[in-house]
Amino acid sequence: MQVTGAQAVMMSLEALGVDVVFGYPGGAILPAYDPLIDASLDHILVRHEQGAIHAAEGYAHATGRVGVCIVTSGPAATNLVTGLCDAHMDSIPILAITGQVASTAIGSDAFQEADVTGITMPVTKHNELVASVERIPVAIKEAFHIASTGRPGPVLVDIPKDFLNASFEWRWPDHIDLPGYRPTIRGHGRMVREALDFIAAAKRPIVYAGGGLIRADAAEEVREFARSLQLPVVTTLMARGVFPETDELALGMPGMHGHYAAVKGLQEADLLIALGTRFDDRVTGRLDTFAPHARIIHVDVDPAEIGKNRAVDVPIVGDVKVVLGQLLKAFADKGDEMVPDTIAWREHLAAMKREHPLRVDQPETGVIKPQTAIRRIYDHFGDEAIYVAGVGQHQMWSSQIIPWTRPRQWINSGGLGTMGFAVPAAIGAQVGVPDRRVVAIDGDGCFQMTFQEIAAAVQFEVPVVFTVINNGFLGMVRQWQHLFYDDRLSEVALPQTLPDLVKIADAYGIPGWRASSIEELDGVLGKALAITDTPQIVDIRVDPEEMVFPMVPAGASNDDLIESVAEWRERQAAAD
Amino acid sequence: MHRHTLSVLVENKPGVLARIAGMFSRRGYNIHSLAVGPTEDEDVSRLTIVIGTEAAKLEQVIKQLNKLIHVLKILELDPDESVELELQLVKVAAAPQTRSQIIELADVFGARIVDVDHEAMTIEASGAPGELARMIALLEPFGIREMVRSGTIALGRGSRSMTDGSKVRMQRVV
Repeated sequence: MQVTGAQAVMMSLEALGVDVVFGYPGGAILPAYDPLIDASLDHILVRHEQGAIHAAEGYAHATGRVGVCIVTSGPAATNLVTGLCDAHMDSIPILAITGQVASTAIGSDAFQEADVTGITMPVTKHNELVASVERIPVAIKEAFHIASTGRPGPVLVDIPKDFLNASFEWRWPDHIDLPGYRPTIRGHGRMVREALDFIAAAKRPIVYAGGGLIRADAAEEVREFARSLQLPVVTTLMARGVFPETDELALGMPGMHGHYAAVKGLQEADLLIALGTRFDDRVTGRLDTFAPHARIIHVDVDPAEIGKNRAVDVPIVGDVKVVLGQLLKAFADKGDEMVPDTIAWREHLAAMKREHPLRVDQPETGVIKPQTAIRRIYDHFGDEAIYVAGVGQHQMWSSQIIPWTRPRQWINSGGLGTMGFAVPAAIGAQVGVPDRRVVAIDGDGCFQMTFQEIAAAVQFEVPVVFTVINNGFLGMVRQWQHLFYDDRLSEVALPQTLPDLVKIADAYGIPGWRASSIEELDGVLGKALAITDTPQIVDIRVDPEEMVFPMVPAGASNDDLIESVAEWRERQAAAD
Repeated sequence: MHRHTLSVLVENKPGVLARIAGMFSRRGYNIHSLAVGPTEDEDVSRLTIVIGTEAAKLEQVIKQLNKLIHVLKILELDPDESVELELQLVKVAAAPQTRSQIIELADVFGARIVDVDHEAMTIEASGAPGELARMIALLEPFGIREMVRSGTIALGRGSRSMTDGSKVRMQRVV
């Protein structure tokens, strides 16, 4: 059957089972938008290409499937860069298809020409400038495979316009040949047995659970592993929910704004079982003082993560789901003698949790503390909802406060810290998971970076509830200026009234709500909860001066965790 | 800091050199020299990369290289178990009275005279980097007009080949 390259793009996506793409048409990709009309996949027309890729990320986060976006050449492709980098950092499977100027015009600085494979090389797992029309289905199939296997990530396929217009005899490749790409799936047997011996010998072990567990769909395995070996668990920002916070083995989140017991527990541990995680600086604080007494078992599908930041005693390269299965099997063979005696350790950690809870000083009337706002959002929308955050204080509070119980319940931008992520990512998540409520918990700074995508939510009837924790500041930057720059606030004020978010809702023809005092909060959230068929905006005006604690100051050791501003002042006074 | 020679087999695809060079610069690794050329398989090129780094970092370099989809195989060559060569062209000022001295010197290093005119001659030499440096030092007093040196190329000693038993044989789908 003779088809055009443009038809081949759509047929390839169909063959891969893609049900929705997020995109924006334009010159070089125009040919592909014609067969799209007849293709058996939905297209969500965003308002900015960055929105397309963040929506694809939200979709991938929420479903575990590959998120697909399709845009034109030049500025459209460069607008993807932030999202590609975000997906690269957080290992999100993305297929990005970009149009390119005609192959005959490449290198001539043609209209809307950009060296897209060159620009995106360091922020993609792989990319390809397609060299012939016949190559289109092969390139797309390979890209999809690379994006979704091993350590997932974004792959970009750049297709010159003349190949989209050219015809060829359609052939869907029955296999792909990537001789340089063979991810290791099974862990080394000897290493697995050695890991078990290390665990049996440990007195103060902790499972350091990372986002790789979610990517590998290993929530069940890690739960069984921790419970059967009685191992306390910290879950990183990217892993929240993979182990339920309601379990008594859960210590919360480690790192700069982690829970006290998680941060201090790691510092005291004698063994870390690091699963699908990468010893990120936001977790370790000053690296040379991180978990100083701990031996390290590190399981990761990406060999380059093992030993990158921290020397490892037992390295295991493999898919963390498979390796956990191997560990559980080895454990079953050996029996209960391998369960370390962690009773005293767990009691010690439980006492830490009791004695160092998160603290919120919420007055009974008047001002809403942001932590209260987030807690009440959760109380209303509940455990079944998916929550999507931007980057900053609201993100840290959400991660800290909500008692996560499911993988894929919490979606945020971790590694890159991309402000503006929440609005488009929440839309993508809701498109992928239509039967759950999706609630964006955004900051007022983040919201204003990407809220144009609400138009797409309205147009395509994607009923996300966009809540804005509106403190009238770039709160996290303000917090740093307050603590580390002697409260000299520099360019962090975003007036709470600018813009009027209820009027923004009105302009989009959707319900908009505002709560300015604690008395109004529950009523407003109750109204938003009751409406299920349209996007909504909820403007929650909160205390502008609240700060996120606990906190490890940047560059400090995790031993120097502070729990309140008063403690910081005492620390400062003692230093002076 | 230690000098390490990596032999890297890559798929002969557009942009593969940019991927490798980009990875090195992005991660702050320092390349001493890099040479690329064809192999016995037309779909495969061989890069010889010399880097200066400590052992722990070398492991990261190799792992990061391995993550590139077009990289097929990487081998660190032990200097005692491999042959390493660089190619040198050097243009030396040569008056009629110094010519024979220069030719004699070139002979000692197994070098060839590849061009001569009234005022200069060009010498081609190949050898280990240290050996070439010694030759240059001895030519210096005559006046070096210009010179160029290739990156190091290297192969392991003995009958074994890096492609033995490896998966580098490829079938092209398209």
